[in-house]
Amino acid sequence: MTVEVRLPTLLRPSAGGAASVTLDGATVGEVLQDLERAHPALAGQVLTADGSLHRFVNVYLNDDDVRYLDKLDTKVGEGDVVSILPAVAGGAS
Amino acid sequence: MAVARNVLELIGNTPVVDVSALSPNPDVRILVKLEGVNPGGSVKDRVARSLVEDAERAGVLRPGATLIEPSSGNTGIGLALVARVKGYHLKVVLPANVSVERRQLLAVWGAEVVESPGSEGSNGAVRMAQRLASEHPEWVFLYQYGNPANPRAHYEGTGPEIYRDVPEITHFVAGLGTSGTLLGVGRYLKERDPDIEVWAVEPPSGEMVDGLRNLDDGYIPPIFGELGGEKLLDRKTVVGPRDSIEWTRRLADVGVFAGISTGAALAGAVRCARQIEAGVVVILSPDGGWKYLSTGAWTGDIDEVTERAKKVIYF
Repeated sequence: MTVEVRLPTLLRPSAGGAASVTLDGATVGEVLQDLERAHPALAGQVLTADGSLHRFVNVYLNDDDVRYLDKLDTKVGEGDVVSILPAVAGGAS
Repeated sequence: MAVARNVLELIGNTPVVDVSALSPNPDVRILVKLEGVNPGGSVKDRVARSLVEDAERAGVLRPGATLIEPSSGNTGIGLALVARVKGYHLKVVLPANVSVERRQLLAVWGAEVVESPGSEGSNGAVRMAQRLASEHPEWVFLYQYGNPANPRAHYEGTGPEIYRDVPEITHFVAGLGTSGTLLGVGRYLKERDPDIEVWAVEPPSGEMVDGLRNLDDGYIPPIFGELGGEKLLDRKTVVGPRDSIEWTRRLADVGVFAGISTGAALAGAVRCARQIEAGVVVILSPDGGWKYLSTGAWTGDIDEVTERAKKVIYF
């Protein structure tokens, strides 16, 4: 499965400056592992050493936070967009 | 109707209206709880009263005390109202890029505005308030992001009201900011019926994420972690400004004049309605549309309004 992975500004320097990269995998976890293979400088920034999601990182499959789907086991489909974003306070009006 | 002794007694007991005409699924009803009818105009009146009265009970608020709080608007406005009635001074740390009406309302009740950089969004306001509070130990920092009195206002008020008025509820959808509404209402509803799903809607983090220097600058409201937010939510979905504005306009088509974050919650409810077979979805409308008139949300060209909304905090 080929998916587009969008990177936040602060991770782009570790990926050669790219704002988005095209990667392979059947699940979100596999896609993120492929990301670390393609850009070793990102190792440890999105996934922790034990392979779970970094606490201050949110990963979205299209519009949905994968923590509330099947986490890293969430299946991806052809043409899906995976976005990596730092956790920030919402508007919190 | 009984006569209220003061305006703070008018907070809560807000009405629910059926907007199922906007549902994409004939077997899914969509109901909106209108928090804009609170005296300060938003759901945050509940939180403000709860934070202040909790601090009074704990003895940390003396007569004439000064309060400081980060807010992108509604909590500041609610606190300004409560502080004025109860005789406290209030300083609100407000990102520079909030709508002009929010500032005007703060001035109505005499709050002082301390501006934080707009590019840092709510995160920046929180950081600045924390710094100012540590420099001024004589001020009282109620800290809505970390104070259990915030979700408690919803556990004791908003949640029971929803279950009383809509016992057939299957899904609750609301915006995620401090997470107080979702934590309080969600916990109350799941205690009554664990099958009720709780969906969070969040705005895209947009430009404010660009201001972070590293991932550890990220921010999760302490109450979200401490009260098990991750276990409580069933879904978290992002709704962008264009969808939010389009659904805010659709609400006006059925006569409901609500703020832009209500449009975001409705867009989330519509997404939910498309994915389930049948159900009753209740959304929380944080405020009315008044504070957003200057954005042209209802009448302007949708592309222009969307671009403008990206630069203004509306959530």
